Amino acid sequence: MKTPLELKYSKSHEWVKITGEHECEVGITDYAQDSLGDLVFVNLPEIDADAVKDEAICDVESVKAVSDIFSPVSGKVAEVNEELLDAPEKINEDPYGAWLFRLTDVEDFEGLLSAEEYEKVVEEEAH
Amino acid sequence: MKTVFERSVPGRHCTILPACDVPERKPEETRTAPLRLPELSETDLSRHYTELAGQTFGVNDGFYPLGSCTMKYNPKINEEIAGLEGFAKIHPTQENAQGCLKAIYLAEKYFTEITGMDAMTFEPAAGAHGELTGLMLIKRYHELTGHPERNEIIVPDTAHGTNPASSSMCGFKVINIASAEDGCVDLEKLEAVCGEHTAGLMLTNPNTLGIFDKNILDITRIVHKAGGLCYYDGANLNPVMGIARPGDMGFDCIHLNLHKSFSTPHGGGGPGSGPVGCKALLADYLPGRRVVKDGDVYRYTEEKPESIGKVRSFHGNFLVMIKALTYVLTLGKEGIPEVAKNAVLNANYIKSLLEDTYDVFRKGTCMHEFVLTLERLKKETGVSALDVAKALQDYDMHPPTMYFPINVHEALMIEPTETESKETLDKAAAAYLEIYRKAYEDPEYLHNAPHRSPIGRPDEVGAARHPKVKYDFEG
Amino acid sequence: MGSYIPSTEQQRKEMLEKAGFSSFDELYADVPAEVKLAKELHLPSGKSELEVSRFMRALAEDNKVYRSVFRGAGAYSHYIPAIVKSVVSKEEFVTAYTPYQAEISQGVLQSIFEYQTMICELTGMDVSNASVYDGAVAAAEATVMCRNPKNNTIYISKAVHPDTMKVVKTYAWANGREVVEIPLKDGKTDARFLEGKSGACVLIAQPNYYGLIEDAKEIGEITHNANMKYILAVEPFAACVLPSAREYGADIAVGEGQPLGMPVSYGGPYLGFMAATDKMMRQLPGRIVGETTDHDGRKAYVLTLQAREQHIRREKASSNICSNEALCAMTASVYLSAMGPKGMKEAASQCYAKAHYLADELEKAGYPRKYAGDFFMEFVTECEDPKALLEKLDRKGILGGEIVDKGILWCATELNTKEEMDELVREVQK
Repeated sequence: MKTPLELKYSKSHEWVKITGEHECEVGITDYAQDSLGDLVFVNLPEIDADAVKDEAICDVESVKAVSDIFSPVSGKVAEVNEELLDAPEKINEDPYGAWLFRLTDVEDFEGLLSAEEYEKVVEEEAH
Repeated sequence: MKTVFERSVPGRHCTILPACDVPERKPEETRTAPLRLPELSETDLSRHYTELAGQTFGVNDGFYPLGSCTMKYNPKINEEIAGLEGFAKIHPTQENAQGCLKAIYLAEKYFTEITGMDAMTFEPAAGAHGELTGLMLIKRYHELTGHPERNEIIVPDTAHGTNPASSSMCGFKVINIASAEDGCVDLEKLEAVCGEHTAGLMLTNPNTLGIFDKNILDITRIVHKAGGLCYYDGANLNPVMGIARPGDMGFDCIHLNLHKSFSTPHGGGGPGSGPVGCKALLADYLPGRRVVKDGDVYRYTEEKPESIGKVRSFHGNFLVMIKALTYVLTLGKEGIPEVAKNAVLNANYIKSLLEDTYDVFRKGTCMHEFVLTLERLKKETGVSALDVAKALQDYDMHPPTMYFPINVHEALMIEPTETESKETLDKAAAAYLEIYRKAYEDPEYLHNAPHRSPIGRPDEVGAARHPKVKYDFEG
Repeated sequence: MGSYIPSTEQQRKEMLEKAGFSSFDELYADVPAEVKLAKELHLPSGKSELEVSRFMRALAEDNKVYRSVFRGAGAYSHYIPAIVKSVVSKEEFVTAYTPYQAEISQGVLQSIFEYQTMICELTGMDVSNASVYDGAVAAAEATVMCRNPKNNTIYISKAVHPDTMKVVKTYAWANGREVVEIPLKDGKTDARFLEGKSGACVLIAQPNYYGLIEDAKEIGEITHNANMKYILAVEPFAACVLPSAREYGADIAVGEGQPLGMPVSYGGPYLGFMAATDKMMRQLPGRIVGETTDHDGRKAYVLTLQAREQHIRREKASSNICSNEALCAMTASVYLSAMGPKGMKEAASQCYAKAHYLADELEKAGYPRKYAGDFFMEFVTECEDPKALLEKLDRKGILGGEIVDKGILWCATELNTKEEMDELVREVQK
């Protein structure tokens, strides 16, 4: 399982790439894609939607399940990765390349986990 | 297998219509898009569907213990009666239809008696449609009694997926509650979520684990005390009909699945029929018109102003109701409990043949169905519930319901129904036991099952990622 | 009494014993005594097959079967080729459940795939579902597909089938959406009413309830200019000769499929068809069959896009639909295959020609048409005392049209011969 050191993480298995003072990119972790199995569709959020920390913002579908994606920080949806609509497999193939949405107006990035902390969360969950 | 479009040969046709006997006329504006329907001779067409039928497994092909679906035998007399011209050729708005009205009147009388309700509508065309209709009655009740703030429906986690989906569609907020250890409603949790926003509770009893909730009277009492109403999902009525009635358990409205307990066929997914019954306090809100008897004449009442309005055109799936009525007349007051008891007996019997080998999710007496959990088997052999289900196909029987209810891991849900014989159950149990042994000897064989069907396991991921949902004429 | 239970008394005893019970009563130990029925159900005693058959046949005989039918109004009499009934009576199709186990359900899955293709051909749309309960519910579900958090208003033409109007209103009430009726002008939807309006969607029927052919293209353009979705309820025969729903600009096409090989059956079972543009595929409710391959590369059909549906998405599903009308969908496929493209166009043309012949003859007999526009196979005539007229026809074994707005809504299909129509006109001659 990969956990790039330069990213931040949430307990609900999203990764956050901080791209500016109030901006970031969000995707799901390698662990998340592996436990969800082959993804077949992603319901992306609406542009301009308000993202609220720890609240469901969109979802991903496998053949027999739907899983909510929680926003790791609060902000506003600025952009969504429409490429994934036709190629959801990219999330399985390259979870850290396949960002889901970009947020602006992010007040703070408090409470996010480091790679090391996130790995511990995963380890605990696996037991 | 070729599709009907690949069998098509330009210029081929069946001879159906005579030439037009009035002068030809054409609409002012006409279609320019192509109309690529198949062009076939009757031989081509007939053989095409015979081939398709050969790749379809129905109740008449063998044991079909699909949990919560009550796949009982579909009596032939029901089909014959529904096909009579005196029903099939009757226009839904024609006046001269006393036989249809009497059928509806009798069906309402008999099905309300079986369920302990006061009134019933036959408009809903399926179980989920019935749920939606029943929830609308509840919504209307709270609206008209001055409690529009009651907007929450409580649904236990063992419920069919349609329960929460119907609630949402009816504008309710769904309050999910986890079941107690024994698979029944957790009374404390129920009490905790009941309150001034409670519109009602939706419950299947016996539940999807095949357990009759012994606290049923407490459950309905708690909900009523909080000001809510109780909805009975009739999907699992088969094992209790003639034994106990939802009305006597404290339920205010119910739906029936005529295509489950009342023997009408499933047709590969429909048509079904989901009549909704209710107690008197909800009767004025029922959709459409009801049939009453004036002397010897049957007539429709006017639609009530309080009614929720119609949920389907005309009178619902009328011919399905005719089949169910035929069935109830055949069974009568003696046959209905007889069916229930034997459905329960068959389930407990096959359970007793399996429970020393497989893990039953909840031990003890079951009603019409029971749930196996294959978690241990999967840990020890890698063989999953899916593998076992697929392997069963090689024994000329339909697999049970898989991965449901959602609170049980590696679940297989078995409902044999009363129309299967002891010999069939013995044979089925032997197949389950043989597959269990194979799981330890040759798990790979099971991972690749089925081995005798026309196709192997399909690539569902590919199908969902890149949907191809119609024939490609250019391809 | 019949109960279709095969086990003998002796076998029941053996089974009870093996399962660890001494009596049937013990099986119901969990059922509290207070809810157990103390006495028998108040129902008649069970009967033999012969008795039941006699009873039900007597009921059927209490209904009048007309030798000549001139009524449509949502339930249409067409000729049903013999092959249709023969195919859909095959036990495998009749007694199968929803094809969740693809390996042993390829037949039913392929038949739905073929049905979806035919519905797409009829409507010109990209994707069809496996059917819903009827045309009215199809229309209501289509309005649900168009839910728009910013403005949920639904505009419906007053000239849709009255039951469609009622069902859409019921569904809209249940989840808090507003319905606005679009007024009529000369029996047709008044397109100008929509100018400057905003909302979620517009729903009209083509042809409309009065049989009139709407200016569906113009209404579509106004709808799209206002950023609303366009739902067209189409009649399947008319769809074969009039421009397709796609050509009219529809985002969603729905309709009642009963005319495609199903008898009128006092209202059901019928068939709701629904098709949409690719863009709206994910919003389509109900089951959808897709083509894929198995692990050996063989062509295979499966239920797909299931994560949209209630059994997975539960309270977050956009629709609760589970059962559909699969056997009716198969009926429609067999019917459309037996008729073929030429047969469907021929039947549609005959409906059109015969309805126009009948309208002309009725006009000569003193029943002028109420609305002037072009119509398909139904039309409304003036009539001072429609009830008396229908009773008169009834005595001759003729089912006359439906009473609407102090007039009569007549219908003629390929089934009505010239002689029948001439007879009808003679009977009503003033």
